[in-house]
Amino acid sequence: MSSYTTVFGSLDKYEKGRVEVINDNAKNYAFSNVFEICSKSKPYEKVVMGINQIYVLEAIRAEGNSPWYSAAHDEFALCMDGDVEIHLVKLDKPVVTDTEKNGAVKLNGEPAGKKMGWMKLKRGHQGMLPANSAYQFRSAKPGVIVLQTTLGDLSVQKWAEICQAA
Amino acid sequence: MNAPTENIQAHVTGTNSHGYKEFKLGGFSFSRDEYFAHIKWTGKNGKSMSHSADIGNFLRPLMRDVAWGFFYGYVNFDDVFGTCNKYSSVDVYAGAYNGEYRKAGVDLLENHPTDLTRATFVDMLEDWVNEGYDPFASPQETGTAYGKKHGSNLNALRRQRQLAKRCVGLKDDLAMRSDANGYTVNRAFADVPQDQPELHPEPGFENEVHAFNLFAYLSRSDVTWNPSFTSVVKFSFCCPTTEEHILPVIHGNDRIEWFFQMCDEIQWNSGDKNTGAPRARVIMKAGDMAAMPADCRHQGFSPKRSMLLVWENGSPQVVYDIESGKSPVNPVSF
Repeated sequence: MSSYTTVFGSLDKYEKGRVEVINDNAKNYAFSNVFEICSKSKPYEKVVMGINQIYVLEAIRAEGNSPWYSAAHDEFALCMDGDVEIHLVKLDKPVVTDTEKNGAVKLNGEPAGKKMGWMKLKRGHQGMLPANSAYQFRSAKPGVIVLQTTLGDLSVQKWAEICQAA
Repeated sequence: MNAPTENIQAHVTGTNSHGYKEFKLGGFSFSRDEYFAHIKWTGKNGKSMSHSADIGNFLRPLMRDVAWGFFYGYVNFDDVFGTCNKYSSVDVYAGAYNGEYRKAGVDLLENHPTDLTRATFVDMLEDWVNEGYDPFASPQETGTAYGKKHGSNLNALRRQRQLAKRCVGLKDDLAMRSDANGYTVNRAFADVPQDQPELHPEPGFENEVHAFNLFAYLSRSDVTWNPSFTSVVKFSFCCPTTEEHILPVIHGNDRIEWFFQMCDEIQWNSGDKNTGAPRARVIMKAGDMAAMPADCRHQGFSPKRSMLLVWENGSPQVVYDIESGKSPVNPVSF
């Protein structure tokens, strides 16, 4: 019996698909590839690769230590390449005081609060970033994170650079 | 006054010579024989019309329509018959979203209470699916839909859709899948690592320092083309699913829907939502991200079982924002 090989992508090796237009505009599909995005973006640049009103999926190149972030809502980080640590701190006082504010904010320096612990994600692992905690990504080598979050001040939209246009 | 839900029953018109119940819902009648489902109606022009579909190709979308509570927008069983979720009622139609049927005036669209439509479809599904056939399974992993009435498969039909409230694996939330609870690794994902993330919580934070292996979780899915919820941010739902063979429905959007292909490949046909006229093909490989606009219908083809993250905005307001023009039908402008 032949076995199956599951094909994943990585920064080092990925094959991008395409939109084949019949009677349409390729732009309508906002077609991109997370590995291509992260091969060109700066460490921890929060590149929006999917948006639906206030909600976004961000493509993040994990490389080195990130700044500390916090958000008023839960976020979820899916590791698509590399080994990424996430360190969590329970803030003494929420940094984001507006409970309705969308997206993560960057903390100035180290967070003040109690250490919650840390996790290490490999490809396919998804970690929770609890609301009102502070979190930091650490990745010795370049990795790729897909972040389920909302559109915030740090979100970067550059659709013309990442999407198939024709 | 509406009748209590539990009293709403399908209108069964009889049992035919093949052993199957026959049904009526408004102006539509439904029957099956050994190979086909048959639907009859009277078109807007007064002519009697009929439509036949391979019974497997009818039962697979019927299963999804029931399990998904009529889903978001349009569930086209094929290019003629389908439903559209109006969220407190359901449009049932034949030919209403087929350009030629509509032009000829032979189409019919009726709006029915959700409870009545559900009762009819559930009864139809449970009667028309025979022992050994699972419409949620890939064609290679189940028996045949054909033949005279023989037994049933209620355990397969009555699976509950798996919806995390916050995240899979958290206390009091959706459980992880394992051999112990009956979710074995699928043959097509035997090479997917089953390791779990390293977790180092400080005392008191065991339920907050949380992660799980999404790919391992998906490798153990026993169904195809059936999104579950694994993580939730307000109305942002990550709905990953495992796909093999053909998406049994041609999904017509009432909102923008995003796909993130996590492994392998799916090819999508996109067409005009109202007529079915072809618009584009979208070839998605591991790491690709694409949106399906709110004015298209789409159907996917997955040559090997693959992992797809369907990412939905589940806000009850979004469909009305699009209808009113407050939100665009296309995902972005650039």
